[in-house]
Amino acid sequence: MNPAWHALPWLLAIAFYFTAGGYLSLGTSILVYILLTLSLDLALGYAGIITLGHAAFFGFGAYGAALFAIHVNADPLLGLVVATAVTAVFAVVTGMLILHTQGVTLLMLTLAIAVLLAEAANRAYKVTGGDDGLQFTMGPVLGLFRFDLWGQTAYLYTLVILFVWFVIAWKVVHSPFGRSLDGIRQSQARMRAIGTPVWWRLIAIYAISAAMAGSAGALSAQTTRFVGLNTLGLLVSGIAVVMLVLGGTRRLYGAFLGAAVYVVVQDFAAKVNPFYWMFVIGGLLMATVLFLEGGLMEVLDIGRRWLRRLLRGSDPT
Amino acid sequence: MSAFAHPALSVRGLCKSFGALRVAQSIDLELAHGARVGLIGPNGAGKTTLVNLLTGVLPADAGTISLEGEVIDKLKPEGRVRRGLARTHQINTLLVEESVRDNVAIAIAERERVAWSMLRYAKAWRACLEEADERLREMGIMDVADRRVSALPYGQQRLLEIAIALALKPRVLLLDEPAAGVPAAEAHHIHEVLERLPAEIAILIIEHDMDVVFRFARHIVVMVQGRVLKRGAPAEIAADPQVRAVYLGRSTV
Ligand SMILES: Nc1ncnc2c1ncn2[C@@H]1O[C@H](COP(=O)(O)OP(=O)(O)O)[C@@H](O)[C@H]1O
Ligand SMILES: [Mg+2]
Repeated sequence: MNPAWHALPWLLAIAFYFTAGGYLSLGTSILVYILLTLSLDLALGYAGIITLGHAAFFGFGAYGAALFAIHVNADPLLGLVVATAVTAVFAVVTGMLILHTQGVTLLMLTLAIAVLLAEAANRAYKVTGGDDGLQFTMGPVLGLFRFDLWGQTAYLYTLVILFVWFVIAWKVVHSPFGRSLDGIRQSQARMRAIGTPVWWRLIAIYAISAAMAGSAGALSAQTTRFVGLNTLGLLVSGIAVVMLVLGGTRRLYGAFLGAAVYVVVQDFAAKVNPFYWMFVIGGLLMATVLFLEGGLMEVLDIGRRWLRRLLRGSDPT
Repeated sequence: MSAFAHPALSVRGLCKSFGALRVAQSIDLELAHGARVGLIGPNGAGKTTLVNLLTGVLPADAGTISLEGEVIDKLKPEGRVRRGLARTHQINTLLVEESVRDNVAIAIAERERVAWSMLRYAKAWRACLEEADERLREMGIMDVADRRVSALPYGQQRLLEIAIALALKPRVLLLDEPAAGVPAAEAHHIHEVLERLPAEIAILIIEHDMDVVFRFARHIVVMVQGRVLKRGAPAEIAADPQVRAVYLGRSTV
């Protein structure tokens, strides 16, 4: 891929900042969803960990950031790092319990952990605020940039964190470690036969993926200064899977496309008719799965190839 | 103490049952350094199961396995591989979405312990790719290095199985029917490759083509219903009336 293409999504994101107006907070939530979907691409896309439990990590990070801001320190970056680290530890513990399984068993276990965590948060209402959630205040980012009413700080702060995570994800999937995840997804038996510690490898990527999802949750809490039980809900897990499949797995940028298209379509369709936006999303998902093996990224690929041919055709060199 | 004080692989009293089916009934086996042992027996005798027990893919019910004097019973499959025990599969077990070269390189990365490195890419990986090319050249499949495994003819996939196992630089190699399912013309090429395997590797080969086994192996073990029926030099085995009755009766040795 021409390196110039890598600049495109980030340039679009920056351009959006200057032109979004009242849509900036919608933009921030797209960035948060991108990060969550990106995290799922690592676990589900690359390593083949069949999961419907990423809401547990998203919510863990969200409540972690909120509780840290309320009880310890209101500094956003510090809170983000702590929430991310705690989520990773939670993933190592739960991963050790379930990652020796595969397929439907694994799916059920990830689901069960998410449900248990949501119920635990519901019961511990003295800590979590139960159905009311938690409202709190945040300090300025780096002690300089306050979270403003227009959501400008929130957007740029989220964009920078997303960029950092994207670079990490890119390096991880293209490293020898990432290649071994590709192998594990295709055949655990083959990888065992070449001496791969499959279980530990899966725990490692599960923790990295969870840390990323925890960061997404923490960003969602910090930028809205609110966290509720919905962050732990199964809907979050489901939406992340839909976004990933929609955009395309194992591309990293698929997460960008899937999350953006999902949120934008939902926003527009809901305005046209608030009851039927789910039909639009469902139809889009079906069309993608049936006709585009590689998700919407495939449309971009086709466009890119077409563009290249067009440029070459007009250029005599 | 020199590693040569012990046999490369030693198995004592290995037992395994699937429910009521006893697939390994107190198997004893020894592979000296550089050994060439043929394991033969009818379908369902438990040959593949024995390989799975040795490599730790299946847990044994009883018995002990040592690799160059070190007991490896408690080791997971990956630990056994790291100590020098490699295998090929009767049914291709390859990374079908990857290129031929990457299949080998991923194994080399594992052997060289670079497969944990997450943020370094270029240098370590390039070394793995270069070595992978060497292995492919040895196997005579360098011309398809860039091909996806799923697009590879079956015979070349069999060669890739062997190339991957060799890339692990094993001291003991277990070959489970390396030419299974390959048309005779191509099988010939696989058998040539077998003849050229490094002399220092101890090899146990499971093979149905009697001509091949009797040419390749200097010692033969006959297995029937989870039990060792007979063992000895190829000539002895070929002449043994009991072996002829249960196994070679339909063959022309
Ligand atoms: N995982 C398993 N569970 C139950 N039975 C098995 C399993 N693997 C193999 N068997 C049975 O064990 C017997 C020996 O199989 P196998 O070792 O594959 O024989 P061989 O390789 O000598 O043809 C067969 O009857 C087979 O059906
Ligand atoms: Mg077999």
